[in-house]
Amino acid sequence: MFKGIMTSMVGLVALTSPIVAQTAADPVLIPAAVLRVDREGLPPISRLDLPPDDLGFAGARLAIEDNDTTGRFMGQDFDATEVATTPDAAMADLDRLLSDGIAFVVVLADDQMTLDLADRAGDRALILNALARGDRLRGADCRLNTIHVAPSHAMMADGLTQFLMWKNWPRWFLIEGSHGVDTDFADALRRSAVKFGAKIVEERVYEDTGGARRTDSGHVQVQKQMPVFTQRAAEHDVVVAADETDVFAAYLPYQTWEPRPVAGSAGLVPRSWHPAMEAWGASQFQNRFEALANRPMREEDYQTWLALRLIGEAATRTGSGDVQTLKDFMLSQDFEVAGFKGQKLTMRDWDHQLRQPILLTTGQLMISVSPQEQYLHQTSQLDTLGTDRPETECEFETP
Amino acid sequence: MMKPILTCALCLAAAPAMANRVFVTNEKGNDVTVLDSETLEVIGTYPAGNRPRGITISPDGSELYVCASDDDLVRVFDPQTMEETHTLPSGPDPELFVLHPSGNPLYIANEDDNLVTVVDTETHKVLAEIPVGVEPEGMGVSPDGKTVINTSETTNMAHFIDSESFEIYANVLVDSRPRFAEYNHDGSKLYVSSEIGGTVSVIDPASQQITHKIEFEIPGVLPEAIQPVGVRVTADGKKVFVALGPANRVAVVDGETDEVRDYLLVGQRVWQMGFTPDESMLFTTNGNSNDVSVIDVEAEKVIKSVQVGQQPWGVVVAPD
Repeated sequence: MFKGIMTSMVGLVALTSPIVAQTAADPVLIPAAVLRVDREGLPPISRLDLPPDDLGFAGARLAIEDNDTTGRFMGQDFDATEVATTPDAAMADLDRLLSDGIAFVVVLADDQMTLDLADRAGDRALILNALARGDRLRGADCRLNTIHVAPSHAMMADGLTQFLMWKNWPRWFLIEGSHGVDTDFADALRRSAVKFGAKIVEERVYEDTGGARRTDSGHVQVQKQMPVFTQRAAEHDVVVAADETDVFAAYLPYQTWEPRPVAGSAGLVPRSWHPAMEAWGASQFQNRFEALANRPMREEDYQTWLALRLIGEAATRTGSGDVQTLKDFMLSQDFEVAGFKGQKLTMRDWDHQLRQPILLTTGQLMISVSPQEQYLHQTSQLDTLGTDRPETECEFETP
Repeated sequence: MMKPILTCALCLAAAPAMANRVFVTNEKGNDVTVLDSETLEVIGTYPAGNRPRGITISPDGSELYVCASDDDLVRVFDPQTMEETHTLPSGPDPELFVLHPSGNPLYIANEDDNLVTVVDTETHKVLAEIPVGVEPEGMGVSPDGKTVINTSETTNMAHFIDSESFEIYANVLVDSRPRFAEYNHDGSKLYVSSEIGGTVSVIDPASQQITHKIEFEIPGVLPEAIQPVGVRVTADGKKVFVALGPANRVAVVDGETDEVRDYLLVGQRVWQMGFTPDESMLFTTNGNSNDVSVIDVEAEKVIKSVQVGQQPWGVVVAPD
C-alpha cells in the first residue's frame, strides 16, 4: 500500500512524456484482485512440494510493493485483494470482486475454471491467467478478455525439446499419466517432437489407480515397480514424462530399466521460474521475495508477481489509472515488461500469450534457458516456443 | 611517481602514452587482474573479496575502491601494492558506485534495499541513505558534483539527487532496466542505458527531458541480444562508447548528433569500459569470454584482447 511518508514526494515528480502531471495530494488508486481456486486433491509425491498457504499471494504482495515504490514517484497507488476459494464458491467470489469495481483479476485456477471465470467476467474485467497451461485456452477457447501470463504447455514442451535436440537426444520414450491434463501436456510434447524433429519411439500410459499417495516404506515397492514398468522399451535416448497431476514422474529418475535421463514432469523440468535462478539480476528479486515470504519463490508466485507487474508497468508507461487505457496498452505492440529473464517480455497479439523464455531446471538448479540460440525466428526468437501466428486456432470474438 | 615526467611537456608529446595500471574486477574469480596499459601484459592477480563488481579509483590515484557485492562492503586497496588498506560500509549488495569529482564522498547503489548509500571516504562513515526506486543500479555524477544520478532497474527511472541535501529533485522515466548513467564532460548531456529496452536515453540535465533515444541495430544479431550496459564519453564529448552486452559489440556514437557510427566486435557479453587518462585507449570487460578488449579510440578499432580472470565485470585505469 501507499506509504504515508511518500505522499510528500509526489510533488517532486518531473517526468517526461507521456506522463500526465500528477500534482494532486491523493494518488490514483489502481485496484486488482488475485483469485486462487484451490481444488481438493492428494498431497504431492514429495513433501517438499506441499503448497504454502500464501502460494501466489506472496508474489502478489511483492508485486504491489514493487509497483508502489514506482508509484510513489508517479502518484499511483496499487492494491491487490487476495481471495482463496473453492470451485463451488469461485463464481460468487468473482461476482463480488466485480461488483466492488475491480477490473483486473489475476486467476490461479485450472483450465476449465479459468475459462468459466473469464466468460463470467465478460467485458467487466481483464483476466490475467497466472496458472493454467492448456493450449486450448490460447487456441479454440481463447477469450478477448484474457491475458496468459503463465506459459502454455506448448511453450514448456518446445523449450524442453530444443534442449534435448541440442543434446542430440532425439529418441524419446514418452510416458504419460491417465488424467486429461497429462494428455494435454503429452499432446504438446508430441507436437513439439514433430516440430523439432524428435522421434517418439515408444509410448506408454501410467494409469492412476488411486489410493494413498504414500505409505511407510513405499519406496520398496517403487524400486520394483518403476523398472518393470519401463522395461523392454524400444531403444531410446531419454525418458520423457507427462505427469501434470504428480502421480508417477517423480519416481522415474534412477528407477528406469535402462540407464537413461528423465525429462518433462521430472528430472529436467521446464518451468517459468526456479528459486535457484541467479542470472539477470534475479538474485536481488529472490532476496526481496524471501525476505517478504520467508520461503523460496515458486512458479505460482512468479506468475502472479508478473501479472501484477504488467498492470504496474502499463500504469507507469501511460501515466494513467484508467482501466481501458491500461488494457489497450498491455495488449499493444508497444508493451514490454522486464521479468528477470534476460530480455523483454512482450504480448502475442494473436492469442494474448506473454512471450517469455522457459527455464530448464532440476530440483537444485537452473540447467539451461530456452529458446536455445540455434533456433531462430523472423519475428522474435521467443516465438520458436509455443503456438506461432500461422498455427494459431484462436479467433477472438470482438464484441 | 610520474611527476618528473609530467613537467617535461615536450618529452610527453614525443613519447607514446605513459604506462598506467588497469584494474579489472573478476566477478566469479573473486579477484582483480592488473594490466599494464603500455605493454598490455598482466602484471598480477590479487584477491578482492567475494563477487567484486563495481570498481573506481580516487582522482589522485591513491585509493582503489571495489564493490565486494557478496561481502556487503566496499574494499579499499593500495593501487601500487594491491594490499587491502581498509573497508567502507556500503549497505547490502553494493554493485555500482560513483565518486564525487573531488574524491569524496562515494555514492553506492544498494540493489537489495532500494537505497543509495553515501559514504565519507575519509571518515569511513555513512553520511546518508537515500530511498530510491526498486533495484538501484547505475550511478553517475555531474561534472560540477552537484547532482548524483541513480538508475533503478525495476522502477525504470533515472533519479536526480541533490548531492548536498540528498533529496531527489527529479525523476525521468526511461526504457526497461536502466543500468548505467554517464554525463558528458561539460554536463550538457546525460546518457542512461536501458539493458532490456535496448536503448540509451540522452537526457538534458537542465530540463530533465529526454532529447533523444539512441537505438541500435546490428545485421545478424538478434534484437533481444542488444543490451546496452556501460557508457563512456570522451572529454571532448564527440565520441560515446556503449557496451552492448551479449551482442558482443561496442557501439560508437557521435556525441553531437547522437547517431550510431559503428559497431566494434569485442569479446562475449561486454559489460563495462574504462579509458586511459589520455583517452588513447578504451578497455572493455567481456564477462563470458574472460578477456578484456583494447580499443584504439582515435582509430575506432579493436587492437588487442587480453585474457584476465573469471567473468571480468568492471574496469578502471589509474590516473597519471
